[in-house]
Amino acid sequence: MLTSKWVQLAVLAVLIAALPLLFPSGYYYRIGALIFVNALAVTGLVILVGWAGQISLGHAGFAGIGAYACALAPEHLGLHPVVAIVLGMVISAGLAALIGKPILRLKGYYLGVATLGFGILVTMVLTNERIWTGGPDGMSVAKLGLRELLRDMGVRVSGGVFWYWACGIVLLIGAWLALNLYNSATGRALRALHGSEVAASTIGIDVPRLKLQAFVISAVYASVAGSLLALQNGFITPDVAGFMHSIEIVTMAVLGGVGSVVGAILGAVILTLLPQVLTVFAEYEQLVLGAVMILVMIFLPRGLLPSIAARLKRKP
Amino acid sequence: MDSLLQFLFSGLTVGAVYALVALGFTIIYNASDVVNFAQGEFVMLGGMITVFAHEAGIPLPLAALLAVVLTAAIGVALNKLAIEPARGAPVVSIIIITIGASIFIRGASQLIFDKQLHRLPSFSGDAPIRIGGATILPQSLWVIGGALIVFVALWLFFTRTLTGKAVLATANNRLAAQLVGINTRAIMTLSFALSAAIGALAGVLATPITLVSYDVGVALALKGFAAAMLGGMGNPKGALVGGLLLGLFEALTAGYLSSQYKEAVAFIVILAVLFAMPQGLFGAKSTERV
Amino acid sequence: MKTTMTLTGLTLALLASTAHAELRLGASLSATGPAAFLGDPEAKTLEMLVEELNANGGINGEDVVLTLYDDGGDPNKARTFATRLIEDDGVVAIIGGSTTGTTMAIADLADGEGIPFISLAGAVSIIDPVREFVFKTPHTDRMACEKIFTDMQAQGTTVIGMISGTDGFGASMQAQCKDVAGDYDITIAADETYGPGDADMTPQLTNIANTDGIQAVLNPGFGQGPAVVTRNYAQLGIDLPLYQSHGVASNGFIELAGADAAEGVRLPGTALLIADILPDDDPQKEVATTYKAAFEEQAGQPVSTFGGYAHDAFALMVDAMTRAGSDDPQDIRDALEATSGLIGTTGTYTFSETDHLGLDLSAFRMLEIVDGGWSAID
Repeated sequence: MLTSKWVQLAVLAVLIAALPLLFPSGYYYRIGALIFVNALAVTGLVILVGWAGQISLGHAGFAGIGAYACALAPEHLGLHPVVAIVLGMVISAGLAALIGKPILRLKGYYLGVATLGFGILVTMVLTNERIWTGGPDGMSVAKLGLRELLRDMGVRVSGGVFWYWACGIVLLIGAWLALNLYNSATGRALRALHGSEVAASTIGIDVPRLKLQAFVISAVYASVAGSLLALQNGFITPDVAGFMHSIEIVTMAVLGGVGSVVGAILGAVILTLLPQVLTVFAEYEQLVLGAVMILVMIFLPRGLLPSIAARLKRKP
Repeated sequence: MDSLLQFLFSGLTVGAVYALVALGFTIIYNASDVVNFAQGEFVMLGGMITVFAHEAGIPLPLAALLAVVLTAAIGVALNKLAIEPARGAPVVSIIIITIGASIFIRGASQLIFDKQLHRLPSFSGDAPIRIGGATILPQSLWVIGGALIVFVALWLFFTRTLTGKAVLATANNRLAAQLVGINTRAIMTLSFALSAAIGALAGVLATPITLVSYDVGVALALKGFAAAMLGGMGNPKGALVGGLLLGLFEALTAGYLSSQYKEAVAFIVILAVLFAMPQGLFGAKSTERV
Repeated sequence: MKTTMTLTGLTLALLASTAHAELRLGASLSATGPAAFLGDPEAKTLEMLVEELNANGGINGEDVVLTLYDDGGDPNKARTFATRLIEDDGVVAIIGGSTTGTTMAIADLADGEGIPFISLAGAVSIIDPVREFVFKTPHTDRMACEKIFTDMQAQGTTVIGMISGTDGFGASMQAQCKDVAGDYDITIAADETYGPGDADMTPQLTNIANTDGIQAVLNPGFGQGPAVVTRNYAQLGIDLPLYQSHGVASNGFIELAGADAAEGVRLPGTALLIADILPDDDPQKEVATTYKAAFEEQAGQPVSTFGGYAHDAFALMVDAMTRAGSDDPQDIRDALEATSGLIGTTGTYTFSETDHLGLDLSAFRMLEIVDGGWSAID
């Protein structure tokens, strides 16, 4: 860790609170909220990929479960959206525990293809069960109701502003929990695991159990991110669970620096902003995006934040 | 008409396409432990370059040759510009580099070519061949034959030639390979050229059946990757069997169970195989590739 | 993708300094990604038409400035770009949403912010229930089903098989067709699907052909699926009428499927597909041939129904802006709803308070592929 837990959290909190002062229009709140949602999912991947050293190419599947829990539960079960978020977390955690046990025995690319298969299965169910999910055209999501509650209390906020703050606060909580985990006994064991599974098991660490824990925790992060996305968009399609979304969040994690929460958030910031900036390149957008991914990985193989930090340290 | 036989023909046709893509993964993986997610783009390039060269008036065989050579050159460039400089980076970084390359090639293709769907004329006409109440197109035989020939050639290459053994030695222990005088950089260049050429060949053979556009690569890469993992990454036999099995699963599921969930069933079978055999059907049992 | 059509605008603005006003029009289309089939011709159409309009003096002397984004078919991106168009670019109207998913993501926002929005997507749920600011130009998939079933009924067909794509277009039309089949005394005895990238549909078609009593087969889908289905249909030698949907919407289809395999395929299409063979007294003749010629010269690819949707949306917008005589979104919306008898490539539009599509079945034409070309059969 670069600095202590509280400094990192304080910097994050100040940034979230101060940035709106620079926003020229409501569109920037939307981008901010998207960054926070992505950063939340990516924080989960830091735990799984960065600390436990496992790979996942299907994590968007859990985001899909969280998103559709918020779409389906209020409509069919009459649950409040907040309860639906929790329901999504429970389902994601349960499913992760169920499939994690056999899947996590696999290594490297084999684990990659297994998780990828999981993501594709989730997408397929969401796409095909039209009667429930609206199929590929998607379905609308009930409102959270908090904004209306605030309005009744005399506080009026626009949707964009509300979701900026809501997602920002959830991200802060997520980052705080992740940093607590990092400094706990479990966190230390996880990092030992990343170093060498064999060595970790010889000093009495229950390796399969620990990997499963990391998998379940990261699944819950993705699920909450999916829920927040569904609620703020008010509309959801199976794309949220798709392969490209899985790749997107892994790329964010690795680009920023998969070992640290702050690095991961930086990755989310860059990859969320990049497509918005690249619109000026018109047809060259994909070309530039691909080139950026390659160049960062070549020149800063450990990700932006760790590489920059290492460079700063080297200088007196 | 005979259902089972028709399902099998369909499965073999589609499976042979998957197998060709999977075979392309094999060489690069054997030389460098890299799973190249841009492999699907090589297939796309093979199809697109042939289509555009053919439209420009170049005869089909020559256009196909041009496509294979150009794609091989692009494969070499990918190695030199993106893979070699990142030597020793962790698996996730390599995955992201090859995915970045795939996005880059796709972006370039939509600029250089277009975003329309294209097709090549079938090599031996469109008259279906009737066998026992089912039909198969002559082009399917081209694809199946192509997959078999590439498989045999690769198998001979890895077991009978010095260069092929040098590739395997490089994968096994890079330093040791260098010590016994193998030029590992040249081996890497060769393996990317070969992989890209095989991918392009797959594109040329399959385009009369599957059609081609600038963005077909991702789906093909995913299926080829899954097929290669099913068979055991790095083994040509695994790639061939994995590809054919995947195609057959899909066709039989579509025929007998549900066409909606045919891909789901295919992935469930892959997961089941991996749980039982974590290295795939024909994978090496001992090597740890993390 | 952001293309600002300011070549003429820039010169004029330099000459007239600040006095020159402009009308800001926004668009979010799926110019790349799985729906590029739709979005690519749509984007090219809008860019071409804006250039053309400004070269001819714009609207009431004001240039139209088009801000166009590529949402890649992702509803989440579409929503972000819609926010950007409204909040940051300050557009007064939006065209777009190539797919139903992206449309729904934009519609809520546009309606909430009071920005007139014309969608280019098919589903009936976009305009039913009617939302104050949301309009659309394509026929609904339900209407396509009705048109096809009317033709089947006329042929005495009562039992059919369906093979649908699992993409948004295919799945939505599949559901609508199953819903209205009963009204035309049609039974769907076999119901199969295929994935968007599938290369061989012979297993599904074999099952359909082996189902008892099938008299015709219907294939709702777009992209490569219908071409592969048509080729497999010929390969298996199935001797029943094959109906495609309006998703098969350009000459490209005949080329991809092959003229032999496509022979005799029937589908509901728009005037645009048969522009050349329309009788001279057809009200759509002029607009269809003009757009077809201009697009094919500019883009170097065959004109498609989808580009036609964008053409019509732009024509509706320009007409409404001209009549509104202001750049106030509310005025433009009111003018849009008052549209009456505007002839487009898809049909003749007349909007009302209860109808934000403004087309009826008469605009759909039943076409048949004969000798590698289109012919109208009604």
